Amino acid sequence: MAECGRVDSSTSSHTMDKSITLPPDEIFRNLENAKRFAIDIGGSLTKLAYYSTVQHKVAKVRSFDHSTKEAPSDKLYEISVQEEVTARLHFIKFENAYIETCLDFIKDHLVNTETKVIKATGGGAHKFKELIERKLGLKVDKEDEMTCLIKGCNFVLRNIPHEAFVYAKHADSEFRFQTTHPDIFPYLLVNIGSGVSIVKVESEDKFERIGGSSIGGGTFWGLGALLTKTKRFDELLQLASKGQHTSVDMLVKDIYGGSYGSLGLTGDLIASSFGKSATADKEFSKEDMAKSLLHMISNDIGQLACLYAKLHNLSRVYFGGFFIRGHPVTMHTITYSINFFTKGEVQALFLRHEGYLGAIGAFLKGAEEDNPNQYSWGENYAGSSGLMSVSPDMYPMQRARSGTFDMLEMDRLERQLVNLPLLQDPSSYIPDTVDLTEDAQAREYWLYCFEEALDGVVKRAVASQPDLPEAAERAEKFRQKYRHKLQTLRYQPFAYGSLTVRSLLDTREHCLNEFNFPDPYSKVKQRENDMALKYYQKAVNSLEKLSWEERQFALVRGVLAGNVFDWGAKAVSDVLESDPEFGFEEAKKQLEERPWLIDSYDQWLERLKGPPHRCALFFVDNSGMDIILGVMPFVRELLSRGTEVVLASNSGPALNDVTNGELQILTERIAAMDPVIQAGLKEDRLTLVQSGSSSPCLDLSRLDKVLAMVVRERKTDLVIIEGMGRAIHTNYYAMLRCESLKMAVIKNSWLADRLGGKLFSVVFKYELPAAKADQDSAVLPPV
Amino acid sequence: MAFNGYQRDDDTIDEDETPKKQPRSNQEMPGSVRNEPRSEADAPAGAATSERRTSNATTRHRIDSVKKTRPPFPWFGMDIGGTLVKLVYFEPKDITAEEEQEEVENLKSIRRYLTSNIAYGKTGIRDVHLELQDLTLCGRTGNLHFIRFPTHDLPAFLQMGRSKHFSSLHTTLCATGGGAYKFEGDFRTMADLELHKLDELDCLVRGVLYIDSVVSRGSSECYYFENPTDPDHCIQRPYALENPYPLLLVNIGSGVSILAVYSESNYKRVTGTSLGGGTFLGLCCLLTGCSTFEEALEMASNGESTHVDKLVRDIYGGDYEKFGLPGWAVASSFGNMMFKDKRESVSKEDLARAMLVTITNNIGSITRMCALNENIERVVFVGNFLRVNTLSMKLLAYAMDYWSKGQLKALFMRHEGYFGAVGALLELLHPS
Repeated sequence: MAECGRVDSSTSSHTMDKSITLPPDEIFRNLENAKRFAIDIGGSLTKLAYYSTVQHKVAKVRSFDHSTKEAPSDKLYEISVQEEVTARLHFIKFENAYIETCLDFIKDHLVNTETKVIKATGGGAHKFKELIERKLGLKVDKEDEMTCLIKGCNFVLRNIPHEAFVYAKHADSEFRFQTTHPDIFPYLLVNIGSGVSIVKVESEDKFERIGGSSIGGGTFWGLGALLTKTKRFDELLQLASKGQHTSVDMLVKDIYGGSYGSLGLTGDLIASSFGKSATADKEFSKEDMAKSLLHMISNDIGQLACLYAKLHNLSRVYFGGFFIRGHPVTMHTITYSINFFTKGEVQALFLRHEGYLGAIGAFLKGAEEDNPNQYSWGENYAGSSGLMSVSPDMYPMQRARSGTFDMLEMDRLERQLVNLPLLQDPSSYIPDTVDLTEDAQAREYWLYCFEEALDGVVKRAVASQPDLPEAAERAEKFRQKYRHKLQTLRYQPFAYGSLTVRSLLDTREHCLNEFNFPDPYSKVKQRENDMALKYYQKAVNSLEKLSWEERQFALVRGVLAGNVFDWGAKAVSDVLESDPEFGFEEAKKQLEERPWLIDSYDQWLERLKGPPHRCALFFVDNSGMDIILGVMPFVRELLSRGTEVVLASNSGPALNDVTNGELQILTERIAAMDPVIQAGLKEDRLTLVQSGSSSPCLDLSRLDKVLAMVVRERKTDLVIIEGMGRAIHTNYYAMLRCESLKMAVIKNSWLADRLGGKLFSVVFKYELPAAKADQDSAVLPPV
Repeated sequence: MAFNGYQRDDDTIDEDETPKKQPRSNQEMPGSVRNEPRSEADAPAGAATSERRTSNATTRHRIDSVKKTRPPFPWFGMDIGGTLVKLVYFEPKDITAEEEQEEVENLKSIRRYLTSNIAYGKTGIRDVHLELQDLTLCGRTGNLHFIRFPTHDLPAFLQMGRSKHFSSLHTTLCATGGGAYKFEGDFRTMADLELHKLDELDCLVRGVLYIDSVVSRGSSECYYFENPTDPDHCIQRPYALENPYPLLLVNIGSGVSILAVYSESNYKRVTGTSLGGGTFLGLCCLLTGCSTFEEALEMASNGESTHVDKLVRDIYGGDYEKFGLPGWAVASSFGNMMFKDKRESVSKEDLARAMLVTITNNIGSITRMCALNENIERVVFVGNFLRVNTLSMKLLAYAMDYWSKGQLKALFMRHEGYFGAVGALLELLHPS
């Protein structure tokens, strides 16, 4: 009988569970290959983490073996779309109410049988232990909450640029994202859960809980529920945001009639929280009581945090826990409190992913054998909800869409990413030229621009996969996804850190990848590479005929003309779409005549008359004319001068940018025609490296470790950055410790306008290091 | 350890000052009555001693000039706080027949009214148990009375002052607390009285040091709890507050002020918190429908805070050993009230108790952090929040001792909330 009853109840609960439908293509993705589960169960939210491998289509290029007859065409290389397996971390956050549904869902979709254990942390872990073990058949292995939190915190600070931010309610942009300092330690973490824990973190493995308080989120929630009969935490915060605390609190001016001048306490300061409610015959509004409570608790926590920061002499203080969790109201009151108590000496810092720290940490504990800290990870914008995705007052539409599920996905990068060793000051380096989070006008323009371009991208994506009939459907999904991201960013420009042209481009690449359009421009690139190669010899020959000085100018013009061929720029792609005959010579005609918008060509020429550089690092841009007719002759000249060259190209595809795979083949082909290039390769004076990036822009603080190594070994003394994405949208103001050359053609009239130029204006920026030239480049090598 | 800084400092005092002018140094066997070890590195000690010497010299000077400047009766000191008005009244008992005859009727009637009643109007109360008898002030002997009433009844008080023609006495009314500023106009218009306004923290510090010095013998003013971490053996003991400096003075009124006191004239406000007595009472009123502090305390004494608070053991099943957090420690004040079923099952008494524990412990932890930051080991808690509130005092004593591992000592004063008013009275008698 008892047995029967149990079955009955489980059946009925099962039926009930199913009434909540989870959209499987959006939540708990890639469960089939999931392993290494970790779960962090808090007082109200559950955070689930798992590692999974994602089968992705990637475009590979393969050189035809020209010695055999199998070459089906005169094409340079073949493009094949292959399945590649990449590692991805999934983090999902949902309300505890859904936990049973979610566990059932996971069980139904979990195919992998290797997994035996689930790492668990959080206050609620023991409460749900039995349920998890029963539902999933996994053994729950508990991990210490604080250890997980700190591990997670270190992980996000290290791997996610723009993880930390300062909140300023009344500023133009409420979120001011911080450049992650290369050294993240020491810091103070104030975790405001139901209570408060204050932890000092000194290194990866060394941390200490130095204090805490019982007045925390649970106090706000519990007392708030008693006072206002409002049950939900979010609703309490909403009440608070509408209230006036002055009707409940006793202010200094209520006691003094004004300020307490001799102590510098202004009249509006709270002297006694709830001091006016000590009466039986007065009614107070729910909103006012909630507001007063919020101030009371925030001030108290802020005060304690400051006292601890002072005692331990720490200035970086991060706040987390469900009390904060992206709630503007609490971030504001905590910030206010910290500013008040430290007079601005300490800034309250918040984290975009603080809700996931425990789950991330628990996961990392379980994955120690995989050494996740050995790799670099990147936030996948396509699969991540972004900051405040479930904040109802921010954007109601989104909440309706994905319920209360919030997601973070992180891709394991093939290569470890590090700073370019030549950055003048890595801690103050900001890749992006314009922060669209702060510049509303620029934001408006670029969001519009990307939305306008969407049709073209969709068309290109479909065209790139003519053999796959369902491509159109996938492309449509891509369109929806990216359009939705753009809409989200319109309301929440801070969703993924500072909004920049780079982040908009990267988000688009992530979305394309998500729907298996790994390289929509592969065929365009192939065609253009083929065509450009045919002109290579001719171009080189005509350059050879010029005098030295004429040649130097022609080489620069060549790079610039090549850079016009950019499918990412609408002004150009329109021309290229409509005029297939548009060629290198036509491009040269479009170029602005000297003096250019930014023109330090004379200085560059003077420099060239001097001794050669030891080694140039060249960040290249587009395929086709750009790389073959623009960059390669330039490289050839450098080699001829005795300068070693390191060509850095993207690891993965982005627009029509040349990838490392493509460049390998192109270089081989060019080498076959050109003894200078041939010799360069042979003598190891021309090296191809991958940048570690798959973005049309360039973040010099996240570059392939091998690149950094080569740069150091070769004692690189010149960095050349080419193209709008890498030299204008990013790195325009980047300061290096060696000479640098930034070359680009402005192919966007709005941007040209902003910079005081016009369409096809030229930026040619040759710079010496700001400080005295460093020793390496001062001592010139013998020719 | 035997050769610590204090012994030498005390020797210096004895050389410098005539013992009879220093009642407390007189009793003191140098170094022998110290209750707790002091580290030699305790730098402020020397500075504090020298400042104290200065204050003694000042006192002597004042006594000389006092007869000439002695103000006319009545002698009042008033502290108008956010919640309560505290009034001290000196009743001269050495009135000569001549004086009795000269005494105007108004003055007589005020004296009789105040000394023959223990309650005034509906809300005024004289704390008879605090009365200090046979006190010599400015060469006059008498009793010091301690009276309080709610600040919101100040109009009634002013009305009474008006009806008793208080203004005709040409007395200076020394008043401190925020209300001295806020109600200055009301005093003028309603009772024709000019207030002499005084800084509340100056008065507080002065009042504490004075009362402690006059009530040092017999029933000690200052006391502490022995064995604070053992409820069965936690006993109130008198404490001789000798070499009081440096000390942390925590005044818990409607809000809380925390002062670091290095001498009578050298102190600073370290910080404060808005979570004070007003918060306890205000939230209790909202949560339980009570309306007085006494009611709230009565409820608290019958409640169980663990029904309301979430303890460490509620989360971790026991101690959180990794961080040395005992299972009984409160992890989240009112944390259990996040849940509907628990909200429905708690009593008003439980809520009042939890409120008391929450506010008290919070003051305890802020105080402890200030003591660490200021490097001070003795903490004196005063203020009317502690009135008839042994629960909070024991909690504070416990918290100071437990979390500092015995480093910090919590001290209390019998005249809890009246020090500001006493300081105001002293200003009347010995203008600084």
